[in-house]
Amino acid sequence: MSIQVEAVAKRFVRNRREVLAIDNLSLEIESGEFIALVGPSGCGKSTLLNMIAGILDCTAGRIVQDGQEVRGVNTRVGYMTQADSLLPWRSAEANVWLPLEIRHVSRQQRAERTKALLEMVNLSGFGKHFPNELSGGMRKRVALAQVLAYDPGTLLMDEPFGALDAQLKLVMQDELMKLWERTRKTVVFVTHDLAEAITLADRVVVFTGRPGRIKLIEKITLPRPRDVFRVRFQPGFQEVFERLWQALEGEIRKGEAL
Amino acid sequence: MSISQAEGADVGGPSLSRAVAEEEIRVAQRRRLLLVAQVAVGVVFLLAWQLAAGPLIDPFFFSSPYEIGAKLVDWIRRGELFDHLFYTMYAMLMGFVIGGLAGFVVGFLFGRYDALATIFDPYITAFYSLPKIALAPLFIMWFGIGIESKIAMAAIIVFFLVFLNTYSGVRDVSAVHLNAARIMGAKEWQLLRIVIAPSAAAWVLAGLKVSIPYALIGAVVGEFMSSNRGIGFKIAQASSTFDTAGAFAGLFVLAIVGILLSAIIKAAERRILRWRS
Ligand SMILES: Nc1ncnc2c1ncn2[C@@H]1O[C@H](COP(=O)(O)OP(=O)(O)OP(=O)(O)O)[C@@H](O)[C@H]1O
Ligand SMILES: [Mg+2]
Repeated sequence: MSIQVEAVAKRFVRNRREVLAIDNLSLEIESGEFIALVGPSGCGKSTLLNMIAGILDCTAGRIVQDGQEVRGVNTRVGYMTQADSLLPWRSAEANVWLPLEIRHVSRQQRAERTKALLEMVNLSGFGKHFPNELSGGMRKRVALAQVLAYDPGTLLMDEPFGALDAQLKLVMQDELMKLWERTRKTVVFVTHDLAEAITLADRVVVFTGRPGRIKLIEKITLPRPRDVFRVRFQPGFQEVFERLWQALEGEIRKGEAL
Repeated sequence: MSISQAEGADVGGPSLSRAVAEEEIRVAQRRRLLLVAQVAVGVVFLLAWQLAAGPLIDPFFFSSPYEIGAKLVDWIRRGELFDHLFYTMYAMLMGFVIGGLAGFVVGFLFGRYDALATIFDPYITAFYSLPKIALAPLFIMWFGIGIESKIAMAAIIVFFLVFLNTYSGVRDVSAVHLNAARIMGAKEWQLLRIVIAPSAAAWVLAGLKVSIPYALIGAVVGEFMSSNRGIGFKIAQASSTFDTAGAFAGLFVLAIVGILLSAIIKAAERRILRWRS
């Protein structure tokens, strides 16, 4: 479940305009690693996840997962997209068990697993609700339960907790941390929240502004298991935060100057 | 932890059932009121017609509700009505099913395969612009004066409506949803059931709904042109003998059929599209 991003570039050409979203980006993600990607808006983070998920082709370079090049849709990952991808005509629970239904898991097993997952994301009473009856943050949590339902070895998460309030975000981070400690999945986690990145990740990757390249990789040495409610008060957290923020701030200001 | 748990608590539980009940009563009251108004409009119209027939308008050309009712009773008593009605309904429903299925399949294929749609687009557009009614004489030549030509008339009209709607519906399926299902492991054939069909359902149902009256028109036009059975035949026969009550009676029957069929589709729509709102 290791992922190698090898000299990848992505150029979009549309309406007689081209955008170089990512340029010559290489990154080695180890099996079982929790890696966080941060960077200015529009620098190609979602684009990179889309390429790992096989939804987009690389313009140059290649992506290899477990020794196998990603070509076409990658079913070896679970992907929580930035855009809402729940099926609006399915209730929350039917969305959660969709991947199990695709795998022909028995009805009873589906229902049991779904119940446990909805409990985990604190949505027990909402199984029968349709997505348009849920708040944005609730939909994100349903999507999280869905991607966990079929237990993929690698998780791609694009700002999964961006729509949640600060408290609920901590609760969800806590759940994710526990799950990760237990299962040691490979997680590629995109976020705008530096503190969140430091709290969760083994390594934080800072992207440059577009075209996205790697500006800095910071190894987070805070001891595990981490208490998401308190890590930010641990010695060392602030220094890392300062360092990452400096790298990031420069890129954000550059973007504004354009 | 407790913050978020409160959110999920007692949904659908007893504390909410009162709000649900109140909402339901409000909705039911409103629906009753509207129903009364609906019926009132019909009653007022028929009364006005009845009173005006004679003093204001010539019953020879416009008949009157009473005469039309008497005519219907007469048809029922002689056992003709259901015979003709069945004939028309059969032609219409067969046309509806054949045209609807063909339209769905072709619309689906065109929606999924861009190249196919592009290649055939000018021909489809050309054919679509033809008045389908003008095909009736040809169909009678090809399929005879029996029920087949009426089925063909209804089918060709329904085909286009369902085809165009299915096509738009399939084109409208979101790539985000398709990709999400694919990453979860859905095979291409599973996508039809999981994503494409439910996503396009609203369009397909809309196509079916608008095509009901057209299926009826197709079958009736066929009967106008050549037939000795069916409601269309009854209307044509009555008109040719200046039996205005008979013509109106036939139209009335067709209208009732249209209302009933639309109600069925609407009910299906409400069920299938519950998630909208
Ligand atoms: N399908 C597409 N077609 C054309 N351009 C695209 C497409 N997807 C992304 N882009 C462009 O590529 C660049 C990177 O987009 P991307 O969505 O990867 O950014 P991001 O880092 O995820 O930003 P954010 O943090 O705001 O989500 C943007 O400039 C965007 O305009
Ligand atoms: Mg993004």
